[in-house]
Amino acid sequence: MTTLALERENAATVSRPEPRPIPLTRIVGVELRKMFDTRSGFWLMTSIGILALLATAAVIVFAPESEQTYSSFATAIGFPMAVILPMVAILSVTSEWTQRSGLSTFTLVPHRGRVITAKAICAVGIGVVSMLLAMAIGAVGNIVGTAIAGTDTVWDASVADLTMIIVANVLGLLVGFMLGVLIRNSPGAIVSYFVYSLLFPTVFGMLAAYQEWFRDLQGWIDFNYAQSALFNGVPDGEQWAQIGTSGLIWLVAPMALGLWLLMRSEVK
Amino acid sequence: MITIDSLTKRYGGFTAVDDVTFTAAAGRVTGFLGPNGAGKSTTMRVMVGLTPPTSGEARVHGQLFSELPNPGLEVGVLLDASAQHAGRTGREILAVAARTMGLPRQRVAEMLARVSLTDTEADRRVRNYSLGMRQRLGIAHALLGDPSVLILDEPANGLDPAGIRWMRDLLRSYADQGGTVLLSSHLLHEIEVIADDIVVIGNGRIVAQGTKNDLLQAAGTVVRSAAPDRLADSLEAAGIPHTLGPDGVVRTPADAARIGQVALTAGVALTELRPADGAGLEEMFLELTAESQREGAAA
Repeated sequence: MTTLALERENAATVSRPEPRPIPLTRIVGVELRKMFDTRSGFWLMTSIGILALLATAAVIVFAPESEQTYSSFATAIGFPMAVILPMVAILSVTSEWTQRSGLSTFTLVPHRGRVITAKAICAVGIGVVSMLLAMAIGAVGNIVGTAIAGTDTVWDASVADLTMIIVANVLGLLVGFMLGVLIRNSPGAIVSYFVYSLLFPTVFGMLAAYQEWFRDLQGWIDFNYAQSALFNGVPDGEQWAQIGTSGLIWLVAPMALGLWLLMRSEVK
Repeated sequence: MITIDSLTKRYGGFTAVDDVTFTAAAGRVTGFLGPNGAGKSTTMRVMVGLTPPTSGEARVHGQLFSELPNPGLEVGVLLDASAQHAGRTGREILAVAARTMGLPRQRVAEMLARVSLTDTEADRRVRNYSLGMRQRLGIAHALLGDPSVLILDEPANGLDPAGIRWMRDLLRSYADQGGTVLLSSHLLHEIEVIADDIVVIGNGRIVAQGTKNDLLQAAGTVVRSAAPDRLADSLEAAGIPHTLGPDGVVRTPADAARIGQVALTAGVALTELRPADGAGLEEMFLELTAESQREGAAA
């Protein structure tokens, strides 16, 4: 009764105080919540931890004693991460279109750039946190595994090495994000991610194998190939430059196109 | 208040909305009436910034939608009740919206109560909702920020008769409190019972607009008599345009007083003489939208 009376009063007031703009921090908070509040979203996030545990257990059980080093654990955990994190990024964008929740998202915040920025912040944040979590699980696995095997615990990965692995995974996640922005359809973006990450390296690899002229160019053009430097310690200047140029072609340019289209597209 | 000014939306060679201009005033319910595919939804999507217009503009309280600092607090929007993530619960959908607008949490429970969704229903995922429940949730979503403007696309779809009655009362009281309500429908009756002003759209163009009373007036008069042929003849003689239906009903754009006078002079006893309200508006609607009706003109 009181709320009804209150509403009546409010609606009757023609000139109300101008509402304050929605701060970006709040949009980030909302987008973060939306990544967890569906059953599929929740299990996708939970699967990051579960797969890290399974990968760690697999190394303890299957790897020979000599291989029970921290880098083995890091590598094993890296595989599922490299698949799941881009999916997280893809779905955070595409579900607005595929599930059509964008109709309310983009009317409550009629600035698509702000919503997409918030989603990008959430996706990268989740990527970094997940990688740190995975590395912590790997560290525990390394201690437990070597204790079971009775061998010395080997820490053969430096902080710099691990940072580069995080950078590589964030780049992979951003590729997923880019495909989500560009394609705006969940199945389409997921399929294209696998085409992107499986087909491109093969094609470029064959091109480099059979075409001499391409061999020297590959590092500058093939994004996957350029990124492989990140898994072998800290890249040198030329390798960073190659990550830059190939990333410009395969990440930045399509992202710019995708954003341009997304701003002008119709949300139905 | 909503002002639509020379709004046009083209898709390639197809013009979905063609130079549409109208105003939905505060304190009134404006009905946006048109057959399916007439351009109602496109117009409404342009209003809230989801579809970029080809030319023209739509303003709410004199501002473009994208200029509103926190649109949810000023405009309640329901375009498609099914356009929600199917895996979210009804309560969570409202909680996310409330959080975006910066509203206190208890607002969610208040709105759920207002649209009569029970706690159990609110905690179910939207994929398990009936269309009527989705529609109620959508209305709760629109009312959440206590906006002074409501834009609702076919809000009565899927509601049962009691639900339609409930929504009608809700929108009526909203307008009576000074709010602006714009609702679309392809059903004349729905619009007729609630709207103060009516905008009729067909083939992307506005074909009629005005207050409901004006439009009803324009629809003329219905006359029955024991001798319809003689009545028709005397109207003919008086130079009053009219049509004689097969059921003996005479329809004419002239007002009732004039017809009564003619009948009295001619000595024809009338059995019925009344403004052509519902039926007349319906005829007008069918006529005005005849070209855009897929079935063609209904005779």
